[in-house]
Amino acid sequence: MMIKKNLLLWISAALVYLFLYLPLVIVVVFSFNDSRLNAEWVGFTWKWYGKLLHNREMLGAAMNSLIIATVSAGAATILGTLAGMAMSQNRLRFLPLLVLAPIAMPEILMGVSLLLLFIMVNMTLGLLSIMLAHITFCIGFVALSVQARMSSMDPALVEAARDLGASPWRCFREITLPLLMPGILAGGLMAFTLSIDDFVITFFTAGVGSSTLPLQIYSMVKIAVTPEVNAVSTLLMLLTLVVIVGASRLSPAIFRGE
Amino acid sequence: MEITALLEIVDVSRHFDDFVALDKVSLHIEAGEFFTLLGPSGCGKTTLLRLIAGFDQPDSGDILLDGKSITSAPPEQRPLHTIFQNYALFPHMTVAENIGFPLRMAGCAKKDIQARVAEALENVRLPDKARHYPDALSGGQKQRIAIARALVNRPRLLLLDEPLSALDAKLREQMQIELINLQKDIGITFIYVTHDQGEALALSHRIAVMDQGRIVQVDVPERLYGFPNSRFVADFIGKCNLLEGHVREQQGDSVTVELDGLGVVHICRSETKCVAGSRCALTLRPEKIRLATTVSPTEDESHFSGSVHDMLYLGDVTVYIVALANGLLLEALLANSASGRTNFFEVGDPVEVAWSCDAGHLVLG
Repeated sequence: MMIKKNLLLWISAALVYLFLYLPLVIVVVFSFNDSRLNAEWVGFTWKWYGKLLHNREMLGAAMNSLIIATVSAGAATILGTLAGMAMSQNRLRFLPLLVLAPIAMPEILMGVSLLLLFIMVNMTLGLLSIMLAHITFCIGFVALSVQARMSSMDPALVEAARDLGASPWRCFREITLPLLMPGILAGGLMAFTLSIDDFVITFFTAGVGSSTLPLQIYSMVKIAVTPEVNAVSTLLMLLTLVVIVGASRLSPAIFRGE
Repeated sequence: MEITALLEIVDVSRHFDDFVALDKVSLHIEAGEFFTLLGPSGCGKTTLLRLIAGFDQPDSGDILLDGKSITSAPPEQRPLHTIFQNYALFPHMTVAENIGFPLRMAGCAKKDIQARVAEALENVRLPDKARHYPDALSGGQKQRIAIARALVNRPRLLLLDEPLSALDAKLREQMQIELINLQKDIGITFIYVTHDQGEALALSHRIAVMDQGRIVQVDVPERLYGFPNSRFVADFIGKCNLLEGHVREQQGDSVTVELDGLGVVHICRSETKCVAGSRCALTLRPEKIRLATTVSPTEDESHFSGSVHDMLYLGDVTVYIVALANGLLLEALLANSASGRTNFFEVGDPVEVAWSCDAGHLVLG
């Protein structure tokens, strides 16, 4: 009976993972397929990756994505760290709600409302508007990561530093910041991947000539899923994977949900 | 010898919402003293320590160091350091960096820091641990590093917040002796917080017993144990029999007391001023009670009969709970120091108890 139950569990788990990962595997595999069609395996080739390097639009979009992700993750890391520290002090009860609401809010709603705001203040849609939008939804993730780290930190350490002669600022620089650093970096890396992958909010806040990689992929897919799309998707997947693994190494607690 | 108050605490109060943590506490702590704040948890001793350290501000009252108010000074500007319950060593710094931290904050030269850190490590007999991180140290070692870090720039005052509570019993005793010797050697004033009355008696020059945000009694250990000023102190410090009664009359230092349900006893060399008719309790330490099958009481002794109700064999001593005629249970102690057989009585045996007239101490109220 026990074995039968276990077997059923194993099978259902395998099916779930198959459903999750099979499409990704197909994308990766066909990015190396020496055929214009995603139908059957013909032979191995690097040529789609080579073609990417000569696709001006694609390279421009990739560059936009990198710039946006770097700047938004940087800004969100600083703001999110401050928010996370404030949240862990538990003095402002409404703060977590304010910081975390953008995470829970449907992306389409965020996108539309940000678009309305940018139009209201007469802002030209472009890299800057996308960055502002990305910073908005990334802050919460960094704040969560920093707060988790902060709450596992012994409050006596800060008192000890002050007691031993550190001013509040030196105490922050010498004790709090180094101890929070894994949480800050993990949050920053998460923000980076969220920004580089984002489609919905970017779709609403992007303007002419500010296409990002996900937007570029979408516009190409509208015509057909070419092997080039497979290739760029594979690269994007690889980048995200590297960053996520890096983040989980830095702050295992967050990924274990502690 | 001129007595100089190093630290003065004047009418300090601290409330947390409705909870009164400290209620008009005043204390004088002298230079070179090993002073202990003793009390049950929630009595306000840690709150008081945090006010002295500067981690918290009193609602009213003043704290003076060398006659100058430090009440509103931030912690980094007070010439005193704290040893925390869990040591609070910085986990991202090596042992040497931890000890050097206060020197670095004070702006000492690098060379100077190195020399003084090396000396401090030598003093706590851990010179080979300089490059280790705190995680790699045992509890006792962490304790010593925390002490080295707190003493490296010679504070006027060292505050210790239950520093031995995380150690096991054997190590605790060893660290107690080290603390006594350390304080004697360096002559820095220690303010020590504990709920362990045995530890307080063993370590301190003077002890302040606290209860519910007030100081109940401040005295040297021998006086606290022998002459508690209240039921609370008598009961909190050591083991104590409390025999309820009322005062019949006082003539000089000799008092006659009628104990409820037992009868009249005489107390000589009493230090308690009392009025005839007032309620009181005779505090009687278990080791002051004589226990025998038959006693021929002398003039100066009170004596009653009873029977052994319970006994606890503890190795070096045996504790006997004796039931007296009125049903009152009295705790007495017999040392098992005689050679050979050590169980003098069995449960149910009739016994006689006696104590000399100066063995007990009266508390009023």
